[in-house]
Amino acid sequence: MTNQTQWANICETSEILPNIGVCALFKNQQVAIFKVIDQEGAEQLFAINNYCPFSRSNTISRGIAGNINNKIVIASPLYKQHFDLETGICIEDQNVKISTYPVRLKGSTVQLAA
Amino acid sequence: MSDKIKLVVIGNGPVGHNFLEALVESGQSEHYQVTVFGEEPLPAYDRVHLTSWFKNQDVADINMVKEGFYPQNNFTLFTGEKVTNIDRFKQIVTSESGQEIAYDKIILATGSFPFVPPVPGHQRDNVFVYRTIDDLEKMTAAAKNSKVGAVIGGGLLGLEAAKALMDLGLETHVVEFAPRLMAVQVDDGGGAMLSKKIQDLGVSVHTQKNTQNIAAGESNFHKMSFADGTELNTDIIVFSAGIRPRDELARNAGLGMGARGGVVINNNCVTSDDNIYAIGEVALWNNQIFGLIAPGNAMAKAAVDHLTGTGTIEFAGADMSTKLKLMGVDVASIGDAHGNTPNSRSYTYVNDREEVYKKIVVSEDDKHLLGAVLIGDAAEYGSLLQFMLNKMELPSEPEGLILPSVDGSSSGIGVDALPDSAVLCSCMNVSKADVVDAVQAGACDMGAIKSCTKAATGCGGCTALVTQVLNNELEKQGVEVNTDLCEHFAYTRQDLYNIIRVDNIKTFEELLDKYGTGLGCDICKPTAANILASCWNEHVFNHNLQGLQDTNDYYMGNMQKDGTYSVVPRIAGGEITPNKLIVLGEVANKYNLYTKITGGQRVDLFGARSEQLPMIWRELVDAGFETGHAYGKSLRTVKSCVGSNWCRYGVQDSMGMSIRLENRYKGLRSPHKLKMAVSGCTRECAEAQSKDVGVIATESGWNMYVCGNGGMKPRHADLFASDLSDSDLIQYIDRFFMFYIRTADRLQRTSVWMDNMEGGLEYLKSVIIDDKLGLADELEQEMSAVVDTYQCEWKTTIDDPIKMKRFTHFINSDKQDDNIIFTTEREQIRPIATTELELAFEVK
Repeated sequence: MTNQTQWANICETSEILPNIGVCALFKNQQVAIFKVIDQEGAEQLFAINNYCPFSRSNTISRGIAGNINNKIVIASPLYKQHFDLETGICIEDQNVKISTYPVRLKGSTVQLAA
Repeated sequence: MSDKIKLVVIGNGPVGHNFLEALVESGQSEHYQVTVFGEEPLPAYDRVHLTSWFKNQDVADINMVKEGFYPQNNFTLFTGEKVTNIDRFKQIVTSESGQEIAYDKIILATGSFPFVPPVPGHQRDNVFVYRTIDDLEKMTAAAKNSKVGAVIGGGLLGLEAAKALMDLGLETHVVEFAPRLMAVQVDDGGGAMLSKKIQDLGVSVHTQKNTQNIAAGESNFHKMSFADGTELNTDIIVFSAGIRPRDELARNAGLGMGARGGVVINNNCVTSDDNIYAIGEVALWNNQIFGLIAPGNAMAKAAVDHLTGTGTIEFAGADMSTKLKLMGVDVASIGDAHGNTPNSRSYTYVNDREEVYKKIVVSEDDKHLLGAVLIGDAAEYGSLLQFMLNKMELPSEPEGLILPSVDGSSSGIGVDALPDSAVLCSCMNVSKADVVDAVQAGACDMGAIKSCTKAATGCGGCTALVTQVLNNELEKQGVEVNTDLCEHFAYTRQDLYNIIRVDNIKTFEELLDKYGTGLGCDICKPTAANILASCWNEHVFNHNLQGLQDTNDYYMGNMQKDGTYSVVPRIAGGEITPNKLIVLGEVANKYNLYTKITGGQRVDLFGARSEQLPMIWRELVDAGFETGHAYGKSLRTVKSCVGSNWCRYGVQDSMGMSIRLENRYKGLRSPHKLKMAVSGCTRECAEAQSKDVGVIATESGWNMYVCGNGGMKPRHADLFASDLSDSDLIQYIDRFFMFYIRTADRLQRTSVWMDNMEGGLEYLKSVIIDDKLGLADELEQEMSAVVDTYQCEWKTTIDDPIKMKRFTHFINSDKQDDNIIFTTEREQIRPIATTELELAFEVK
């Protein structure tokens, strides 16, 4: 065991369009990654599991990103529940939570960690 | 059964039927053994709307009887069976076929017959009256060999008959004895304006003509000679010279009669025999016969009330005010239209340019409204009627009520001032209190008000007033109707549409920057994308637009429950060559897609993984297919029958028209999906009346229907315009769609849009056909911009390698989504159910 976080390269940042999700295969899991542009124009990366527990399908990466109140959220494309991209908690049902992952930009490369 | 009261209803017209409905509503009907006799072969139909039968010749349009009404209530109905005798001593009625039925009580609703004055020659062939479907059928048959038609009588029904003759394609004349049309309801000035407007429509009006003789004509079938020595040649004559009560049954039974006919009734509608009631046009109350539907219905209520012993409702006469549309001309008459009240004053407004005439009659002290005449524009009818019925005090300058307001604001009534008892909708007898109660019970838009109170579902003349009461009540309850699109935009969809047009906005970022807050969301982004597409029609993947699209638009396919997509190529009008059909089969086989025929006459291919979409579409596009936009808020299909090319009944080429329409409107983005259909004849095999726009062929062109819907809340489409040429049809549809796109709410189908439209169908016609708002050119230009910039979204996409990248499931792997698992059913794939999946894992 080591405390050192292991970062894995996923893709180039240029491959991810602003506010449009992509899905990465990471340690046999599907992870949706979003690059959200805030009002000041700053980029912010989020990584969240691609599995939608309501529709039981791997579709989170195909939802629309936005904000509800002050939370940055992703809307599931099938039944439109919103998930807080920061915490993975569902806005409509606080008991439901999807896993989130550390994500960062290293140079021009997007990296995920477990 | 034997303890039930034996009730015989004689007459199955609108009033007789209304009586039965009122009896059921009273909850007492189970105590009666009800037998109904109707002389005509069909159950009750709505005579008031006979002219609309002319459009389609379909009885369903004017049928008044809900399916199963008679059997469900255990009423026995004999149609085509006339009652010939009432034996009041044995208490038995006898019918034409010799049936004898014992009775305890009788409801006499035999109605009236059209009066034909004994002019020499009135028994000639091709002389008709205008009363029953049978009359209309005979007229229609005679019209086939005729060129000219004349109506004798310029009253309300006479003008309806003239409209029918015009619709049959005849040169039409109206002959009236009095110096003006509608002599009972309107004054001289109003009558003159009405004549002018009706002559504008191509009908010749002859007033002060006393028909003295009808003989064989030289150039035409008949020659009519008038007292002033003039003549008129015509092929068809229709008498519409008033009605007379059908009282012979009552007369033979010895009931009390009026000097000039009619069965005398009291306030409970009881005749001189306590066991016999009379209602409707056969009944004489206070020496008056009422030839309108509303008083007949009021009598029916009073009779039910007395019969069942409730004893609270009496018939107390009826307000004879009317508002109607004759040949597209608004005509309204209220109360003392002629100013007969001693010392009354009147105010008149005449506008020759717009051909509008308005007059109000007020009391000597200017305080109360006594009557009114409105020709050409009857918008004030609702509020004026309320002033009169409720004896409300008039504003200090009553003429303001009919003067056009310069600032566009209405100088009408303050709805707060209306008493709760004020009847807003007289067709359905809905009071202000009914509407207020409905609002308090949670109804908060016109659609909800209509479905729970029935207000504004009759003639629709009260829609504006009911809307005002609704809004006023919502405001009073502090219900702030928040019409903001979402937290990011404090605007309605309609506002945003106008903003985007006027400010020439091309991107969501610019819209958000200027008019919104925050980052946007899954409500406002697709809405903005949709409006931008309606306005500028750029490709969904243009880089500023792609992040706004719903997944269905983004992948140009409908996402199914397991995350796979459907593939639906366009098959315009449902017409497809065998070779193209084979291509669909081959592609479906190759990619193992579930295949199904849709209700819109095309083929759905299901189960495509996102990464397969480009390959599938490459093959389809190469074979000549285009996207079917099954995923978009846009035109879906134009359903069609084969039409006159193949069908022995077809009167127009519905196939050609549907393909033309589908190709014109494909790709048009709108607030919700759009469906159309074209039928080649009145049999309506394409089910056009359940579509947003339906087209039905006629002998001389196309009838256009609008705002129909199947689905969750079915709505029969409204007839919008008749006998249109190809180019007029397309022009109206262009305007209609663009007006809908401009003014509808997000995800509001045309049916709901119509239900909530102030002014309803007539308003829509005035905008689209008469161009009342002066928008027509603009709407047409907007549509032509969309049509001219059409592209097949899939073709453009597969031609662009960068755009193709987005379809792989993983950004960093070529693997597939292992959560997509199919099983087989009826030889095709389907997504495996979760339960089946769990089972599979357990077995392992």
